[in-house]
Amino acid sequence: MQRAEEARSLPGVRMKIGLFIPCYIDAFYPNAGIATLELLEKLGQDVEYPMNQTCCGQPMANSGCNKDAAPAEALFVKNFAKYDVIVMPSGSCTHHVRDNFDAIEQTDEVRHVRENTFELVEFLHDVLKVEDFPWAEFPHKVGLHNSCGTLRALRTASMSELGEPFFSKPMDLLNKVKGISFATPKRPDECCGFGGTFSVTEEAVSAKMGTDKVRDHHQAGAEYIVSADTSCMMHQQGCAERAGVPIRFIHIAEILNGARE
Amino acid sequence: MKVKPVNHAKAAEAFIEDTAHMDFHDERLWDLRQKRDDQMHILPEWQELRARASAIKEHTLANLPEYLEQFEANAKKNGIHVHWAADGAEHNRIVGEILEKHGAKSLIKSKSMVTEECCMREYLEPRGVVVTETDLGERIQQLDNQMPSHIVVPAVHKLIPDVAKIFAEHYHTDPNDNSAQSLAWQQRLAARPVILSADAGMTGGNFVVAETGSFVVCTNEGNADLSATVPGLHIATIGIERLVPRMADMGVFIRMLSRSALGSPITQYTTHFRGPQKGSEMHVVLVDNGRSHRLGMEEFWTSLKCIRCGACMNTCPVYRRSGGLSYGAVYSGPIGAIIDPTFNERKYSTLPFASTMNGSCTNVCPVKINIHEQLYKWRRVLAEHHELPFVKREVMYMAGKLMGQPSLYRAAINGTEVALSTMPRFVLYNWLNPWGKHRELPHPVKQTFHGWYKQNRLKTKKKEGEGA
Repeated sequence: MQRAEEARSLPGVRMKIGLFIPCYIDAFYPNAGIATLELLEKLGQDVEYPMNQTCCGQPMANSGCNKDAAPAEALFVKNFAKYDVIVMPSGSCTHHVRDNFDAIEQTDEVRHVRENTFELVEFLHDVLKVEDFPWAEFPHKVGLHNSCGTLRALRTASMSELGEPFFSKPMDLLNKVKGISFATPKRPDECCGFGGTFSVTEEAVSAKMGTDKVRDHHQAGAEYIVSADTSCMMHQQGCAERAGVPIRFIHIAEILNGARE
Repeated sequence: MKVKPVNHAKAAEAFIEDTAHMDFHDERLWDLRQKRDDQMHILPEWQELRARASAIKEHTLANLPEYLEQFEANAKKNGIHVHWAADGAEHNRIVGEILEKHGAKSLIKSKSMVTEECCMREYLEPRGVVVTETDLGERIQQLDNQMPSHIVVPAVHKLIPDVAKIFAEHYHTDPNDNSAQSLAWQQRLAARPVILSADAGMTGGNFVVAETGSFVVCTNEGNADLSATVPGLHIATIGIERLVPRMADMGVFIRMLSRSALGSPITQYTTHFRGPQKGSEMHVVLVDNGRSHRLGMEEFWTSLKCIRCGACMNTCPVYRRSGGLSYGAVYSGPIGAIIDPTFNERKYSTLPFASTMNGSCTNVCPVKINIHEQLYKWRRVLAEHHELPFVKREVMYMAGKLMGQPSLYRAAINGTEVALSTMPRFVLYNWLNPWGKHRELPHPVKQTFHGWYKQNRLKTKKKEGEGA
């Protein structure tokens, strides 16, 4: 734990990063995972993807079945305890590890993992403090979707309900990308309705929320919805395709890594 | 007797299918949320007010017995009769007895969620008491024989033509009347004679002040004031959690209540009742009905801080798209989902799952109840108490096991057939089928990230430690 703290406070020191790729990115959106890895490598980081990883335990815990999250949490710690920091392109998984990961005994190892787990945007913004992405250019109008996990749990952007001064870590990063512009939806931080198992148990409400969400972005002129959370986008993409809303989806890591189209 | 859990998902689906109603409902409540935001921006001290309101409520709840006794003593000095009701049945009996003693056969009342909780109308009406709601929305709901769908705007799920139809049926007005003004006027014409001839009046109470032995009622229609003052017998039914210690505390709560609820600086009427008028009687019935039990729940007691503003409902994207009636409970929306299970765990076991846990409710709550965290905690409690549907429990159990075994998991990710061999077919199918009802499935990809990494990194990198 000590080592990671020290490393993080010294600019230019390379950390050993364990990369966690959530199950749905692994299976359905590998490009978001590849972009995350390549981006961290371009930024000079030493990144490893432990091959035996599965899941952080969130789906079970969020369903109330916390005990069933124990095997996943134990395996997660086994895979990642040896790294200085753990980075993942997912807000909700980070939130789970950081704030709710308590199905297993809280040993020093577990605490080390929980305290040193970062969502990609906050890692780039707060830890690496990346100044620019010279390779990145994205001449498109995008609508930024902050997942509720990144927004209200990790607080990577200001929340409309609190009336706090505007800030947005993902937008700070995207503003360093050449040619990009932003569409402003009417309800920028309304939940898109994914909600994990909610998306199947409350299918009708979930799909309605998702469809409203993609329409809001489309009407604001967005060509793409960009987000740090692929789970929200998997759901939104499904809604957009069914409702015939012509909008595309891209993970923030892909844009920052220099994706063109 | 086994109670069936409320099927929120099914009721919500029906609500969504009626596009005109749903879109209006969503827009109307979102508009309230935005007006609330506007009011918040006007007050730079908003977050400080929230912190104070929360602290006052927590302090009061932590010392509730003392403050209740202080209120009782001071209220009695003011000439108010104070009654204690342990539950809904006792509340109804007390109210029934007061009415009987006065020979009261007609009761006019303003909106009160506690009387809904106690099912008071259902108790009094068979005993020959005609109960008339005087709040417009609540009256519409009474005539339509429905529960209020929202704690502040009880008929918000209805459109003007719905109201016209109900009024036509009961007041014999034009069923095609499409004017809100004219319908409101019809209600006024129908209500005034009832109010003027009523034997007794009933209100709720938004706040109860211990040091003065008084209580405060906030409305926008003035109907509570008519209900309280016209008949000469005023009964106020109030939950024991509505207490605040000092009159000065009202300076915090009155500033927040209407701003949070409707985005207006204050309600049209804010009435402090300090004692009966000359020649009339005033009764306060303090209702527990599960509140003491809730106060003892370590993870959920702060839900008693609620001042019933409805801000959490207005901001809730799930509530806006499912309507209050879909919760099948007196209290709907996020606050309902954390309160209702304390009344009946099985019946309301589905409600904490009627949420994406996005957290917006917690942010708008004027008394800083951590609503979404309590939703999360309720899910755990309900799972531990075996109140989850069988299929969900099984899926989570099997998923949990699968996630602990990398090789099995990898096989499942790489091929659906393997996945199906590790999970009984019916479970997986039943569970995942709804995804595609209104949504496309994610597109299949040629290679997983895991496969890509193996091919593009492990082969070029010197293998370190564990490989799969």
